[in-house]
This record gives sequence, C-alpha cells and structure tokens, in this order.
Amino acid sequence: MTQTDSTQTDTRQAGRDVVITGIGIVTSQGVGIAPHRALLTAPVAPEPVVELEKLAPYPVHPLPAIDWSQQIPKRGDQRQMENWQRLGVFTAGLALEDAGLKDDTDACGSMDMIVAAGGGERDIKVDSLIVDEALKRNDREQLLNEKLTTELRPTLFLAQLSNLMAGNISIVHKVTGSSRTFMGEEAAGISAVETAFHRIRAGQSTHTLVGGAFSAERADMLLLVEAIGAHSLHRWLPLWSRAEGEGGGMIMGTVGAFLVLESRAHAQARGAQIYAQISEIAGDRGLRDEGRMERRLERLLEPAKGEGGETLIFSGASGMVALAEREKSVLDHVLPGAALRAYGGLAGHSLEAQFPLGLALAALALQCGARVPPFDPAETAMAAPASRAVVTTVGHQRGEGVALLVAEAQEA
Amino acid sequence: MRATRDHLGRPLVAVTGMGVMTSLGQGLADNWRALTDGVSGIHAVSRFPTDGLSTRIAGTVDFLDLPLQNAVERSYAMARETTIEALAQAGMSSDFNGPLFLAAPPIEPEWSARFALADRAGPSQKPDDAYDRFLAAMRERPDPAFHEAALFGAVSERLADRFGTRGLPVTLSTACASGATAIQLGVEAIRQGRTDRALTVATDGSVSAESLIRFALLSALSTQNDPPQRASKPFTRDRDGFVIAEGAATLVLESLEAALSRGARVYGILKGCGEKADLFHRTRSSPDGGPAIATIRAALEDAGLAEDAIGYINAHGTSTPENDKMEYGAMSAVFADGLAAIPVSSNKSMIGHTLTAAGAVEAVFSLQTMQTGTLPPTINYLNPDPAIVLDVVPNVKRDAQVTAVLSNSFGFGGQNASLVMTAEPA
Repeated sequence: MTQTDSTQTDTRQAGRDVVITGIGIVTSQGVGIAPHRALLTAPVAPEPVVELEKLAPYPVHPLPAIDWSQQIPKRGDQRQMENWQRLGVFTAGLALEDAGLKDDTDACGSMDMIVAAGGGERDIKVDSLIVDEALKRNDREQLLNEKLTTELRPTLFLAQLSNLMAGNISIVHKVTGSSRTFMGEEAAGISAVETAFHRIRAGQSTHTLVGGAFSAERADMLLLVEAIGAHSLHRWLPLWSRAEGEGGGMIMGTVGAFLVLESRAHAQARGAQIYAQISEIAGDRGLRDEGRMERRLERLLEPAKGEGGETLIFSGASGMVALAEREKSVLDHVLPGAALRAYGGLAGHSLEAQFPLGLALAALALQCGARVPPFDPAETAMAAPASRAVVTTVGHQRGEGVALLVAEAQEA
Repeated sequence: MRATRDHLGRPLVAVTGMGVMTSLGQGLADNWRALTDGVSGIHAVSRFPTDGLSTRIAGTVDFLDLPLQNAVERSYAMARETTIEALAQAGMSSDFNGPLFLAAPPIEPEWSARFALADRAGPSQKPDDAYDRFLAAMRERPDPAFHEAALFGAVSERLADRFGTRGLPVTLSTACASGATAIQLGVEAIRQGRTDRALTVATDGSVSAESLIRFALLSALSTQNDPPQRASKPFTRDRDGFVIAEGAATLVLESLEAALSRGARVYGILKGCGEKADLFHRTRSSPDGGPAIATIRAALEDAGLAEDAIGYINAHGTSTPENDKMEYGAMSAVFADGLAAIPVSSNKSMIGHTLTAAGAVEAVFSLQTMQTGTLPPTINYLNPDPAIVLDVVPNVKRDAQVTAVLSNSFGFGGQNASLVMTAEPA
C-alpha cells in the first residue's frame, strides 16, 4: 500500500487506467453473472420478479433462491449476520471468484475494500414487544431499559453495524489490505466507486473490492421510504410509467453488487480478464430546485458527450416520478440517440447498491457486446452493440453520480 | 525555498485549522486546559434513566442547545461547532470549496419516534406487527422529518451547505477508527492532486439507552460506576471496559504549498497514514496483534520515518482488558526496546471513548501536544498492569518537546488505522 505521487503523471503510461476485472451480482433476476448476461443479451427483456403479497401494499423485488454456503461456507459465519450482510458478503465472494482472486491469499491480503452500507437492521419482534408494552405504560424509558437489556441479542448489534458488512468480508474472504465503509444512501455507492477509482489512478491502490448490498424485504427500510410517501403501491409498472400508478414511484429491490477494480498494469500482469475500463466518474450534490439538478447532471455528463459509436445509458433512476422525468429529459437532451435502460425497473431500487449495480450491468453488457433489449416501453431497441456506457444514479433524496465506461475492444 | 513535497515526491499535507469538543467542553483551549490538568469529563448519565443498567456513566456532551434531542441533531451541532472553530483558526471565512470527509455514527430512528408512531397507529392485530402499523400510520400522514432523521447522508448534507464544501461529501464509518479514516481520505485526496484542501470532520453524539445497552451486552463497557471519573483506567490491572462518550473534531487539511502561499499558520504535518484490516473476529483483534502491527508499520513507512523518530504515542488505550494488552503487544513488536523511552498516553482516561470521533479528536490532541510541548497524562493510573510496561505519563502532565507523534485507532469489524503527525517545520 505504499503510495506514490501521481499528480502530474500520465496515468495511461503508468498503466493506471482503472479496469473492471470481477463482477458479483445478485438481483431478483438471479444469482451471479449468467442470468444477468442472459437478460442483457435476450431479444426481449424478462418479466420482472415482484413479490406483491409479503409486504403489501408494497411491491418489492425479492431475494432470489440462494445457497449462502456457496460463498459463506461456515454456518457460524452465516449465523452472525442477517440477510443484508449475508448478501453483501456473498456477492463480494462472487466478484472475487469472477476475478480469479478468491483463493489468492496474497492478492486478498493486500486488496483494498470500500463498502457502501446502510445498516440498522431491526429485530421486528423486539421492537413490536416494546411498543406494544409501551402503549400500556407511562414509564417508557424505564421499560426500554428493561426490555432492551433482556431481549436484544448481542449478535444483532453486530448485524446492525454498518461497517460489519466489510468486517464480515474480511473474515469470510480474507480481504484485509484495507477496509472502509461509506454511508449515505445512493451517494455512498457513488463515492465508494469514485474513491476507489481515484486511488487506483493515483497509484494509492492497485486492486480494490468495491460495492454494496440492499435488502428490500425489510419493513424497517420500507418505513423510511414511506415517511416521504415515495413507494409505488399495489402493483409493478415499468419505471418510466410509474406516474400512472398509485404512490410515489419507488419499488425497492434486493440487490448485491460488487466489483473488483484494478489498475490496467496490475490486471495485465496477472493475465486477468477485463470487462471494461472506467474512464470517468464523478458525483455531486446540492439544491435541486430551479434547474440546479439539471445543470449538475449536465456537467457530470459532459465527458460522455461527443463521438464514440453507440452509447448505452444505464440509468439508476429510483422511480420517484418527478425525479425520473427530470433525469430522463436531461439524458434525452445531452445524449440524444443513446440507448436508455432504466435498470431499476427490473431490479428495483437498492439505495447504496444502486450505482455499483449499474456499473456491473454496464461492464457486463460492454464485454459481451450485448444489444440490450428495452426494459420498458419508453425505451428503444439498439441497432448495434455499444462501445461505451454511461451509468447514472440520482439519489432519491440527494446526491447524483455519473460514470463513463469504455469497452475493451475499442481500446485494443 | 523549503520543501513542500515528501520523501516520495507527494505534496506534504499541513493542518491549518483545528476544532474540538468533548465532555470536557467546547473548543481547543478549554479542552486542552482540562486534559493537561488531568480532569475527567466522565459523569453519571442524566440523558435517560439508568436504573437497572450495569453501566450508568458516560462522557456525554450535554451543554449544547439543540432544536431536538436526537443523535442526528447532536452529531450535526457538534460537527458544526468544531468546524466553525477550525475554519476560524485557519482564517477561512468564505465557502470552503474543497471536499468534505465526515466520520459519522450509524444512526437510526429514536425510540421516541417509534413510540410516537405507535401512538398514532392502530392497536396490534397480530403478533410482531409494529412495523405494519407504523407503515399504515405513515401512509395516513407522511413525516419527512422522520425520513431525514434516519438518512445517513443527512449530517454531511447540512455541513456541505453550511460551509460550502465541493462535490459529493463522503460519510464514512470504520467504527472506532472512523475519525482517523476521515483524515486519511483527506490526505489521499490532496496527494492525488485533486484538491489543495480538504475538510475532515468526525462527530459522534449517539449515546442513548439502546447504544449503551448494546455495548454493555458485548461486555465492552466499564461497570465501575462509582466514582464515574475513575472508571476509565487504561493500562491498569483493574481496567474493565471503555466508557462510552461523545465528541467531535474538525481538521482543515491543506497542501503545505497552498498553506504557505496564502500565509496560513501551520499547526503540524499529516505525514503518514496506515491501515490494515483484521480477519480474526468481529469484535476481537488477532491475538498476535498482527494487523495492528502492520497498521503502525504502514503509517511509519508512509511517513518515511523510522521507529526511533517517534517521540510520543497517543494510544487508542480504551481501557478494555483486551485492547490495551493487544495494543501494548503491537507497540512492543514495532518499537522493540525503544518503546521504553517513548511516552504513551491515553486521552480516553479523561474523555472516554468518543467512538466515531475518537481518531480525529485524538489527532487534534496529538498536534496540540507538539504545539505546546506538553504531554497529556493517562489519569487513574494507580494500579499498573504488570504485564504492560509503558511510560504512560501517569496521572500528571509532563513537559516534553516532541516532533513526531503516532496516534492509533482500532475498532470492531477489524478496523485499524494509525496516523503519524510531525511538528512544523516538517
């Protein structure tokens, strides 16, 4: 982890282009690369997988059938986590395996890690017990002391702690070069990739595991979004058509998305497969009124303008009706002719994992030369495979990020 | 002309402004006076009833006026105040116009908010349906304040607006190493050449009944409640856990070149950062101290300093049986026989463990140690642990000029970070 200065160095000469060499991905569409490559290359998009009953009136994209032990072999480790952390650890394992680094002790021991995490998984039983009892009592603070002391499972605290997803990745996959956890909803995912990118470009890191996970099937998380009335209710609708439905437009999705990022020199030295290069990435925030958000997005999209063949946009739009419309109109204006795909329509919205998921899908689509089918009636077919992909995420409350990915073939 | 690049040709990173708040008070001057006088900020908890709890003491910050009594408001207010102080010291009055790196505690809705929701929701229809009822109540009447109070990005949003920082702020948590990680991210950004300055802030105002009980259930907290100011006793034989506390600190980082060119006063150099994750256990460190050793060595290497250059160590020193033993082992491995000649003190003996804020709070105190030529003591050092042979600056401050300081931070989840700071001129 010795850091060298890069300020004025030509990063290309130094082999410090940032490339994606491993992808871990879990959505309601399935586990791992195969089902996602299939959906990206299919003639028509698959049906969304939506759970309508379990958390009604909120539709959610659920966790697919998954065998945790494939990536978390020890039952003891599985028991120390709830599904949110399990999913992150599982997906991180997929990314390491895909990069060919899973059992490479030296590589994992020097690998940096940035995880975009939420947290705060509640014990619904304990919380219910406490509020029900509190309705009958006046000494609520005393009641809290009694019940929390006797009812909380000590291990639940660790399952709630944001940085324990990374902690469990260290334990299960032996990734120990460094471990950093970023928080703050969608922006955490943007900053995680952005920070990893700049560290590699500057020679501060040679290989970094980056990503996040989100568990949608949690009433405590749904409550957060319902506090601003942002959920779509009762049924699934295509993402760009959510204004036709009831509610605010968001449908949450259970997602795990991790990437292995490397400097080109590091990847080439070990003969790694390269999915795509990240050529630009940036995030910003601020007030969103009076066209400010549009101006920020236009500036973030600036590097994606211009020539360069077919462009594919993976929009991480949350589905919130007004925000989605505003993002789409900026994209239509700045990148006319690009093929737009709102992946949140198929996978759901996944907060911290949303931006990493977009990069995972974009890298996969570029690598396999996919003519990605429209995910939505408002999207048009692609004439040819894309040579570049733009990934956007507009946070449901704040924060915007854009990445530009370039296909490898064009680089050669 | 003096060098503004380090041994690897990277920009040197200067600290040009500092602000701090702990249970000892607001501002660097008051804190430093109390800290060097050996005053403890630990007291009986008054924020919530503690009847029936095994731990009833903390280093909470109770002197702030808050619009609402919750962890977000408290964490924000502390971060705002320490940032105002740091920017004033740095002589910066307009928009900061550089990135913000914020270490902030993971936050959740307060229990009072859950009770309020339960009061306006219908009664229980079936077992374990509290959240169904909460959701129904929210559908009836949304509550944007509830949303904002539970978003992890809320504190950095307000700081970014208030101080005019640039770009997307990073909010991070590396448990008890968070404050050090925030500083490390700022150092890296300046070394990358992406910015001349970075605002690094760490804050933790999250002490509540639930947070205290959670740590108590892990047997991490001292239960020596009486007297409170004696509970935190790092490196002693009768230490029995840390004392949970609150605090905040802000450091203004600038490339030395930019600082000098605007004529800023330089309070010290952030010379090196090291980190190494531990895979041994979720809450316990590798018994051999391997990752902590690697972390300290990485910080020294990054700083381009040999072991014998370090004149003082600001220890993590939590007063838990395990940390202090492990940290001593790690320091012994790195500094070998030289350790005997290095004073090592723990600020936590007086301010408790400020968790998310600790790394930054202790970095400020480390810099102040070099600035003033005074080593703050480790108080409550009455019954030394015979297995830990250290010069802990026992009980009373000491005059000593030091030019390079190591500050350690270790946390749950295998988090380890160390900082090396040097006096100006570097």
